[in-house]
Amino acid sequence: MKFQFESAADFISMSGHGPYVWASYAITAVCLAYLVVSPLLKRRSLMAEIKRQSRIAERNAELQGTSR
Amino acid sequence: MSSHEQQVRTSLKSEPLVSPGIGAGFMATFRRDLLIAFRHRGEMANPIMFLLMVITMVPLGISPERAVLSVLAPGMIWVVALLATLLSLDGLFRADYEDGALEQLLMSPQPLYFQVLAKVLVHWLVTGLPLTIMAPLLGVMLSLPAAGFWPLVFSLFLGTACLSLIGAIGAALTVALRKGGLLISLIIMPLYVPILIFGSSAVSSAIDGFPFGGQMAVLGAFLAMAVVLAPVAAAGALRISVNG
Amino acid sequence: MGWQWFHRLGSPRWFYEKTNAWIPWLAVISISLLVTGAVWGLAFAPEDFKQGNSYRIIYIHVPSAFLALAGYYTMAISGAIGLIWKMKLADMVMKSAAPIGAVLTFVALVTGAVWGKPTWGTWWVWDARITSMLVLFFLYLGVIALQEAYQHQDTANKASAILALVGTVNIPIIYKSVDWWYTLHQPATIKFTSESTIDPSMLYPLLMMVTGFYVFYALVLLMSTRSEILVREKKTRWVKDLATQ
Repeated sequence: MKFQFESAADFISMSGHGPYVWASYAITAVCLAYLVVSPLLKRRSLMAEIKRQSRIAERNAELQGTSR
Repeated sequence: MSSHEQQVRTSLKSEPLVSPGIGAGFMATFRRDLLIAFRHRGEMANPIMFLLMVITMVPLGISPERAVLSVLAPGMIWVVALLATLLSLDGLFRADYEDGALEQLLMSPQPLYFQVLAKVLVHWLVTGLPLTIMAPLLGVMLSLPAAGFWPLVFSLFLGTACLSLIGAIGAALTVALRKGGLLISLIIMPLYVPILIFGSSAVSSAIDGFPFGGQMAVLGAFLAMAVVLAPVAAAGALRISVNG
Repeated sequence: MGWQWFHRLGSPRWFYEKTNAWIPWLAVISISLLVTGAVWGLAFAPEDFKQGNSYRIIYIHVPSAFLALAGYYTMAISGAIGLIWKMKLADMVMKSAAPIGAVLTFVALVTGAVWGKPTWGTWWVWDARITSMLVLFFLYLGVIALQEAYQHQDTANKASAILALVGTVNIPIIYKSVDWWYTLHQPATIKFTSESTIDPSMLYPLLMMVTGFYVFYALVLLMSTRSEILVREKKTRWVKDLATQ
């Protein structure tokens, strides 16, 4: 097990293949991150919606209580 | 109670309602659909006209040179036949769904498998078979080499039947949707890949002077499999999309 | 014991609460496997003598291609369970699996194309595997499109389950046909990778990445299913309590 490259710059360029390798790793990272983030966002917006609706329901109940 | 009424009652009792056998049920649907298709003869011609027009676009869009066209011909005719079938599929169950006949069909004691099979058979008779018969003309238009004509007709004969059967699944899945047309193409086209590959390759091998029996056998196998499985899936899909 | 766990799966709430504790574990395991595997593959695995460093894309291309196919089967099997046993949870798993699988197929396609540029000198080759992968991508898109088209969620699930099952029957046929088609048109070209002859020093990071992708898949499928559960059960007491607490 040894580091295969001479230097950090060599590691980045990968003897000319760097752009391809790094681009595909970057695209993959973005896609995987999307897979993790999208259910979290969905959950968050749902929770906000439920909270808002319960607040509206509470306020309606209060208004009805005062008007009577 | 009048004697006439009594007579009716006894006759009802003595002859319980018998549902016709599978064969009779199949034939009834077959005959009905064929009749409907022939009453709308204009619609029947649509896929063929589509095929002709698209084939006319090919030389206009690419090149009128015989050498170029003859290379493209087998694949082009197959692709356009596939598209024509896809476009006609939307109507397979649509009219019956809209006038409620489809629900009657679902409720009838007839096995849905054979009812679907009858409908698909009619669909093939009014689209796939005319396409197959038209194919030599298209071959002439695209200067298909002479060796390719019979393989083209045979492969389309087997292949369009597969296309109708598999397409019935897509038509059944989308029958309840208002905009089913484009969706059918999206969900069904990937499933058409094997048929397209073997169909057009049969023609091009024949043109190159190779045997094409193998491809025909594979197409036949696809057809056998599609006859057995596709109506089952389409029947299940119909139950779901109609009943919700 | 016996089948009790299976019947409990009928309750989305039970599943939601049960799997709460799994998420951090799966996240830690998958991220550590993926990061270690990627660093190992990028920096410490030896260079391929034929393809040079561009072969390092294999460490994400092959695992995502595996998962793209396995994801389709996951989707179809859970769809079948939903159809047969009318299990709500299975429907939700199927609905969540479709976009995840599509994204992984997309990753496999893009990395394959990027890998093709230095290897074959072109971004796109109608190679058998890439073409099959593209058809698989279309199959996923079809399921997603059908799922989106229906207003009624239950019908959408059943319809897309049928489509997924039909696709499952077709996938082996499509793969074999495309393979055959490819041999017909290009009798001898570069073989992409031959896993059997790969050197152990290159293989171990690959195995690590494959395992990492599988665990990652389980993680995102679970997360997605859990938020799907919340969406479907948003009218119930326990979800409201969860939101307002």
